[in-house]
Formats: sequence, structure tokens, C-alpha cells
Amino acid sequence: MTHAAFLVIAALAVASALGLVLRRNAIHGALFLVVNLGSVAALYLTLGAEFLAAVQVIVYAGAIMVLFVFAIMVLIPGKEETGLDPRRGWRLLALPVGALLALQLLLVVRAGVGPVAPAAAVPGGVEAVARLLFTRYLLPFELTSVLLLAAMVGVLLLARRRV
Amino acid sequence: MTPLAMPPVAIGPLAPVLIVLGAAGLVLLLDLLPRPVGRELIATVALAGLVGALLATLARWGKPGRAFQDMLVLDDFALFANVVICYAAALVVMLSIDYLGRNGPETGEYYALVLFSTGGMMLLAAAGDLIVLFLALELMSLSLYVLAGLFKRELAASEASMKYFILGAFATSFLLYGIALIYGATGTTNLDRIAAAAAGRAHDPLLVIGLGLLLVGFGFKISSVPFHMWAPDVYQGAPTSVTALIATGSKAAALAALIRVLVTALRGSQPDWAVLLWVVAAITMTVGNVVAIAQSNLKRLLAYSSIAHVGYMLIGVVAGGSAGPGAVLFYLLTYAFTTAGAFGVLTLCERAQAEAVEVGDYAGLARRHPVLAAALGLFLLSLVGIPPLAGFVGKFYLFAAAVRAGYLWLAVIGVVNSALAAYYYLRVVVFMYMREPEGAGARLVPSFAGGLALAIALIGIVLLGVIPAPFADLAQAAVAPLLR
Amino acid sequence: MVAESWYVALSAVLFSIGVVGVVVRRNPLVMFMSIELMLNAANLAFVAFGRRAGNADGQIAVFFVMAVAAAEVAVGLAIIVTVFRLRRRLSVDDLSLMRW
Repeated sequence: MTHAAFLVIAALAVASALGLVLRRNAIHGALFLVVNLGSVAALYLTLGAEFLAAVQVIVYAGAIMVLFVFAIMVLIPGKEETGLDPRRGWRLLALPVGALLALQLLLVVRAGVGPVAPAAAVPGGVEAVARLLFTRYLLPFELTSVLLLAAMVGVLLLARRRV
Repeated sequence: MTPLAMPPVAIGPLAPVLIVLGAAGLVLLLDLLPRPVGRELIATVALAGLVGALLATLARWGKPGRAFQDMLVLDDFALFANVVICYAAALVVMLSIDYLGRNGPETGEYYALVLFSTGGMMLLAAAGDLIVLFLALELMSLSLYVLAGLFKRELAASEASMKYFILGAFATSFLLYGIALIYGATGTTNLDRIAAAAAGRAHDPLLVIGLGLLLVGFGFKISSVPFHMWAPDVYQGAPTSVTALIATGSKAAALAALIRVLVTALRGSQPDWAVLLWVVAAITMTVGNVVAIAQSNLKRLLAYSSIAHVGYMLIGVVAGGSAGPGAVLFYLLTYAFTTAGAFGVLTLCERAQAEAVEVGDYAGLARRHPVLAAALGLFLLSLVGIPPLAGFVGKFYLFAAAVRAGYLWLAVIGVVNSALAAYYYLRVVVFMYMREPEGAGARLVPSFAGGLALAIALIGIVLLGVIPAPFADLAQAAVAPLLR
Repeated sequence: MVAESWYVALSAVLFSIGVVGVVVRRNPLVMFMSIELMLNAANLAFVAFGRRAGNADGQIAVFFVMAVAAAEVAVGLAIIVTVFRLRRRLSVDDLSLMRW
């Protein structure tokens, strides 16, 4: 049962990722990405990471994708990627990338056969995450606030009309 | 539910970074005052923050500290890198004062972003955990992406910024996936614990692929071949003062972090990464130097030259032991003085003649402004590696470390490349001294801050070239804590 | 319970699709979305490895990556919008002003 659920969600994730890459229309791509982010959130649930599943839906699928859709609407009403592809050579690069993928898969599955970790009670709940966040990961947590401030200042600098 | 016990917070090792970030906050506040304050005042506050951080760093020398449960490791290695970074950033601020006065927007945000990015660089060099490393790298990069596109009315600047951003974010996601795989292999992101967990299983496929992806991410940040394509365009399109920061500070920080990760966490995989970096070093210096010969734009020329210098520095990383990374640290110091100085002369010349970036624009500079021409000449000679300037000593230590570690061929490739490089650097010198100026250029009058910055850089390269031993010894000693 | 290696294999597939997307597509917005796909794949790997290692560090990493992604999107979209205020067409191949 759980395997079936995993396979369905995984298929959805892969299909939507392919949709993002293959569809020409950027808006369709954005919607595919939303589906992908949602299916990954579902996978977080099956992994016991409820907190991340919620954050994924709120921050990623919610806030970030709205920004994307907004930018797409502002910038390109319909005209994009027409005409000949002047960088056809670049597409050849996709081949080694595909090889990398195959290699990764092989190795990862092999690694999975290796020693199985003690399936102790996995501390996955919100409490465990919060506890770590405010003790061991206090410095990165504060650093994140600086990062967000810097990003905000940068965006203001770019967005201001005069200059 | 057990109550949350707050861990002890040791501010001491964080002090230099806090000073820089505090100055950034102060700059933002000053910019918000209802009555606009002078640009000079804002720049002075930024400069004071950087000098304060430099002093705080020097004050901690020899007193290594770890804080936040090993998230931050402010050992002598990090301190040495921080000195380089603070110096480079301070120089950039001094040069920005009159460069922006003529060319750019009069905003405090510029200085705030320079400070944010400097704070990110300092944390990057001191990161003891891959998560902190990732966040610090992003803090540095996000600020630099924006700064590169500062002149947003100009298409070239905006496009450079976009190219920098997309390729940078692309590389960062490789880095992140590498971190994920290393975490998968070892169950931790702490550098020391990775080293302990990875001991004896260097050929764990997860670890090997993680290492490879990590090197892709770092390769982009230090602009080593084949991840260098962004550098010439970004160096050319970005404001010259920002280019100086990208070429010196961000490179020093990323190299320091790379060395720390390789030498501590992944020391078990040393044979793997040494072979890989051997090839990358050889290709990087050769491509950098060969392509630089064909450049007519001085900023692009310096971009390819800086790619070549990354190749030299990777020689030291490959050589390993204590001599190799020590030589890289020392080289970073000489490189920061030299490159920041060279870009400094460019900012001053650009100030007077809108677009003085083609080599031809420097024809006859010696006649029009002998002091600036002499300064640029000395910086270029130091980049070539002519004794008794700093560049020569830096290269000497690098190649010596390689020979001692048995990498004779790599040292030979390095020496051949240095000879090759002489051609394009000296061509600029020839233009300055032996060609007639085309038309009467404007008179150049560097501001006090700009002149001071150049003077410091000049004193630096001469001092490091004439009496290198004490500084090189410091660099060697700084590496020791990594090797324990 | 589905083994972690399945999740990691899925994340490797998603990551590679993202890489191909960045390389093949020419619209900077789509390239940027492909980069988000790559970050997302890394996140999935973090969570799966975290369950295997039996600690919550992987989940913490994902939390930080999400914060970084939010900041990155804000800055990135601002940069892309500034470029295309100056220039009408939207394709990285038009960045011919400077060579690759």
C-alpha cells in the first residue's frame, strides 16, 4: 500500500518536472512546478516530516511560485523561444548529464543495499526540529535573518526607479 | 515536553563579523535619515566598520575560538583569510568613494551590500559546518549579484548581473546536492564529524559523488575552468569597484572554504581530489593565460588573468601537506594587494574618461599621469611575478611546495604559464610608456581616499616582496590547526 | 515502509531533470524554475537521508534551504525584471552584447 502510494506520487513528481522542462509556455511550466512542489510535500509527509510538508506548501508552492507567476505575467505575454535554436550545441550537453543521472541512480541504489541504519524512533516531529533549530543551529538561524535582510536591501536597490 | 535549554552563546569569535554587519545596519539607518547625510560620511562609517573588523581579527590572532557548537571555527586559518578579506573590502570602499561620485547612484545601500557580502565572506572562511558554509556563501553571492547590476540603466551591467545570478544559482544547487550526498554518507554536516565518519571508507560512492558536486560549486565561485565562463563578462559589465571585490574578496573566501573542507572533512579522499584538481589547475592556468593574450579590454584581460591565478593557487591545494595550503594563503594575500591595486588604478582612470577600459586608452598614460602609470606598471609586474615584488615570492612558495610534494610537472606547467603571461601584462606597460597618447586626455586627480588606497596596495606588494619571510611563516602556522 | 534509497533515486532523477532544464531552455525564468527544481531535489535527498541517519539535521538543512530559496527568488526575479525593462525580448541568447 505504502509502496503504491510512493510510486504514484513519484510518477507525478517526475511527470511534472518533465512538463516544466519540455513545455514551451512558461506559465504552464510554473504550474507544473507547483504540482511538483506539492508532490514533494506529500513525500515529506510519508517520510514523517510534517513540519517541512507544511512549510513547503506555504513558502514554496505559495509565496515563491506566486512571485514566479507574477514575473512571467509581467514580462512575457506569449512571445518566447520562437525561431531557430542558436545554441543547438548546448543540447548535446544533455547527454553527459543523462549519463551522470544513470550513474547516480546506480550508485545510490547500491548504497541503499548497504548497512541499514538503526530504525530507532526517528525524531521527525516539529518539536525535534525546533529544539535543534534553537540550540545547535542557532548561528545559521540568525544568519538566515541577515541573509533575508541583505536580499531585501538588494531588491529595493534594484527596484527603485530613480538612480 | 522538556524545556528548551539555551546553549551558551560565545560572542567573542563572532566579533569581527558582528562589527561588519553592525556597520551595515548603521549605514542603512544613516541612509534613512530625513535629512540626507553626505555620501562621504556613509562611506566613512563603512570603512570604519571594516577597519574595526580588521583590528578585531588581528586582536584574536593566536587565540583560536570555536563557537555555537563548532558551527563557527575562528582559528588562525580563518583569521588569516579574514585579514585578506577585510583588507580587500576596505580598499574597495575607499576606491568606491570617488568612483561612485562620478559614475553611480548615491545610495547607502551600495555600502550596506558591500558590508553584507564581506560579512558573508568572513563567515565562509570560518564555517565549521556545511550548512553555515552554504548560508555564508549565499549571503556573499546574493549581495554580489545585486552589486554587479548596480548601474541598472546600462544593459551591459544588467546582463552581467543576470548571467552571474543564473550561473551562480545553478552552481549553488550543485554544491547543495553535494552537501546532501555527503550528509547521506556520514549522517552529519559538521566538518570534524564528517572526517570521523568518513575515515576508512573513502570510496563510498555517495561520498565520491558528493565531493565531485561540491567541487563543481566551488569551481564556479573561484572561476576555475570549466566553470569560468561567467567571469570575463561579469568583470567587464560590473562596476569596476565591484569587480575588484569579486576578484579578490569572494575568491579568497571561497578558496579558504574549499581548502578547509578538503583538508579537514574530506582528507580521507585526498587521492581522489588531488588528481582531479591537478587536471583542473593545469587547464585553468593555461586557458586563462592563452585567452588573456587575445583580449583588448583591460577588465576582460584582468578577468582571464585572475582565472590563471586561480590555477596557480590550485597548485598549492594539490600539493597539500602544510606547505601547500600555507603557500595558497600567502599567495591570496599578495594577490589581494596586487589585483585590488590594479583594479584601483582602473577605477581612477575610468573616473576621468568615462570608458577607459580598452588597452588603447592607456597609450601614453605615463606622459599624462606618471604616478598612476607607474602604479599600474608595478601592479602588472607583480602579477607577472618579477622580483622583488610580491607576486614573485607568492609564486615561488607555490611552485616550491609543489616540487617538494613531488608534483614536478605541475610546477613546470606553472612556470611555463608565468612566462606566457608576461607577454600580455607587458604589452599594457609598453602601451603606457612607449605609445603616444591619442588626443589630450583629461587630467586625473585621484581623491585622497583613492590615492591612499593605491599607496597602501603599493606598500603592500613591495613589503611582501622584500621581506616575505615573516608573513609566509604566519601563513604556514595558520594552516597547522587544520591538519590536526 | 518504502526504503530511503527509493526517495534518493527519485531525487537524483528530479535533480538531473532540473540540470537538463537549465542547460536546454533559453528563457531565464524557466531556467530559474529549473534551478528551483534542483534545490527541491536536494531537499528531498536531505529528508530521506535524515530518516536513514535517524536524526533531524536533514530536516533542519531543508528549512534553511527554503529560506535561502526565498531570498534567492526575490533577488533573481528583481534582476531579471530589470534586464527586461531595458530589453524587450526574453531569451538568454539575446545576451549577445557580451560573448560567452
